[in-house]
Amino acid sequence: MSTATTHTAEHPAGEYHGGLLRWLTTTNHKDIGTMYLTFSLIMFFVGGLMILAVRAELFSPGLQLMQPEFFNQLIGVHALVMIFAALMPAATGFANWMLPLMIGAPDMALPRLNNWGFWLLPPAAILLTLPFTLALFGIGDGALATGWTFYAPLSVQGGMGVDFAILAVHILGISSIMGSINIIVTIFNMRAPGMTMMKLPLFAWGWLITAFLLIATLPVLAGAVTMLLTDRHFGTHFFDAAGGGDPILFQHLFWFFGHPEVYILLLPVWGLMPHVLSTFSRKPTYGYKAQVYSFIAIGLLSVVVWAHHFFTAGMPVPALVYFMFSTMAISLPLAVLFFCWIATMWKGAMTFETPMLFAVGFIVLFGIAGLTGLILADVAADAQYHHSYFVVAHFHYALFAGGIMGVMTGVYYWLPKWTGHMYSEKLGKLHFWLTVVSFNLTFLPQFFLGLAGMPRRIPDYALQFAEFNAISTLGAFVLGFSQLLFAWNIWSCVRGGPKVESRVWEGAEGLEWELPSPPPHHTWEIQPVIK
Amino acid sequence: MDQAQPTPASHNRLIGKLLLMVAGAFVFAFALVPLYDVLCAATGFNGKTAGPGVIRDGFGVGGLQTAAAPAPKVDTGRTVRVEFTGTVMPGLPWDMRPLTISLDIHPGELQQVSYLVRNTSNRTIVGQAVPSVTPGQAAQHFEKIECFCFSQQTLGPGEAREMPLAFIVKPEVDRSIRHITLSYAFFSVDGQRQTLTSSREAQ
Repeated sequence: MSTATTHTAEHPAGEYHGGLLRWLTTTNHKDIGTMYLTFSLIMFFVGGLMILAVRAELFSPGLQLMQPEFFNQLIGVHALVMIFAALMPAATGFANWMLPLMIGAPDMALPRLNNWGFWLLPPAAILLTLPFTLALFGIGDGALATGWTFYAPLSVQGGMGVDFAILAVHILGISSIMGSINIIVTIFNMRAPGMTMMKLPLFAWGWLITAFLLIATLPVLAGAVTMLLTDRHFGTHFFDAAGGGDPILFQHLFWFFGHPEVYILLLPVWGLMPHVLSTFSRKPTYGYKAQVYSFIAIGLLSVVVWAHHFFTAGMPVPALVYFMFSTMAISLPLAVLFFCWIATMWKGAMTFETPMLFAVGFIVLFGIAGLTGLILADVAADAQYHHSYFVVAHFHYALFAGGIMGVMTGVYYWLPKWTGHMYSEKLGKLHFWLTVVSFNLTFLPQFFLGLAGMPRRIPDYALQFAEFNAISTLGAFVLGFSQLLFAWNIWSCVRGGPKVESRVWEGAEGLEWELPSPPPHHTWEIQPVIK
Repeated sequence: MDQAQPTPASHNRLIGKLLLMVAGAFVFAFALVPLYDVLCAATGFNGKTAGPGVIRDGFGVGGLQTAAAPAPKVDTGRTVRVEFTGTVMPGLPWDMRPLTISLDIHPGELQQVSYLVRNTSNRTIVGQAVPSVTPGQAAQHFEKIECFCFSQQTLGPGEAREMPLAFIVKPEVDRSIRHITLSYAFFSVDGQRQTLTSSREAQ
């Protein structure tokens, strides 16, 4: 039998360590999923507070609240926290909770590794943010101030915050790779009998491609930051032009990881969307195979388009043309996904509970991210938009509306399953409308700021940008404080609420809805058979 | 298909393969370093000019007079403006300026210019200049016959020296290129290990 069931034999259900020790030592996929999601939510607020400080500084021209050095630290650590400590753990939390339930497995394939994978995260988060605290006591000059991209030669010359961030990225990388190996082994080896790959839930497919992307690209980032570390301390010259190194090489290495990273963040959400849309449209998913092949196509294309992040670094024309067209080619499989999502809703008996609201909001706003991405992929246009607020707005439409609102969709969709209680639909809807309106209030003006020429990553700006920045800051504060509703809704749902049935949503299909809500500590010890 | 009762052995085989992928990707990151260098040197991407090694088979490092190679045909039908600039990197107390700011040349002509470099400190310092040509597409047609960047330069306390540079812009350079900028960055060698540029030359 699998390791997971051996574990069951050692600790029969109901017999745990109490308190903190239970959470430190747990190998149960549901416990670990809960820890991932809780950690993600906490770090979402940590990263959010950082950017609210930034937006407060940008409320009006001039320097009011902070010095440029501190501003630089906030934007870089905000990005690293949101990407590595909020979005990625949220997706891993979903995978831990739901994959075994959805594919009829008793647990993840490698439960002990799963525990290690999670407990690497808090030390990494502390490493990332500790330099802020140290600076208060006069030690060092604060956190990483290079932006999340670590560009050399700035990062070669930067203070000790860079070293902290490099080590944090190493640890986060190891954690993600362990999680990915676990997910791949679980999906390949532990599916219920009769569940062929083409009967796999789309959420599992999305995560499978994500896991392979992580395994193929995270080691490249680890290699790049290792080179950075040896450049800084051990006399190598990978990126140091003084010794014949090349700073542009760092950009290639970084974005070889960095572009697939975007799809690493988005593929789990794309996998989740068809489940939600099909549930609330009360129709089967449209174009299952087309979506699977699109996932695979996007995964493959994502590793060959990286240089579109630095079109202006001075590349020869043939390289520019190649990267432009390969980037634009990604919009084809993505368009297939959009088509399938809309076709799933077409003529369905739709209702708009909170998860469905978030899913539809996701489709509209993520569509804006895709279309503005096409503009940035155009080499000639990018010469104007590069490093402007247009880029900032674009990737927040992709990663907030696409990533975080996608995660919220999943949380509202599965929360009743996890807790056995219904969340407050009223608060959920209020949260959705506040989020979607204030999100657009924050980021829509940034498109115009970018078009007008406001550069990103600068704490001060010219007077003509004042109005749009003030609007954007107001939006950001509403957006930030609306998320307290989200946290409150989750908290009260965990504490209690109306009981729900095993099939929480009327139109929900899949193995996870056959189990009681909340599912018992150990599930599918006898695997279901799929006909 | 029998995934109902997976044995730990089947897990281990898959984990082994996946770990190999991880190791492969890590090694790939380091393999990209020499690959990138080779690609840039071969194509002139990123403004990397051909090192002295390339010149050996045509002219010999000593300059035109030592070689029996025919002078390249001069393309008098067009002129290209070459601009010279230089920066001294932090940690090197030197001044540097080109004695010729810019020069209109016909592709194929042998030209000579020099930079005035002065040590502003009161100690002897060794420096190394690293060249870069913009636009990158012109780099592979920008041939330096003689250059102070081929070797490390030593300047005594307060010493100033004219450092010469002889070059040809080859007639093969694309017709769309009217402007070429040659830029040097002077780095301090002291306290650093031998630079890549000079170690290549030593071979």
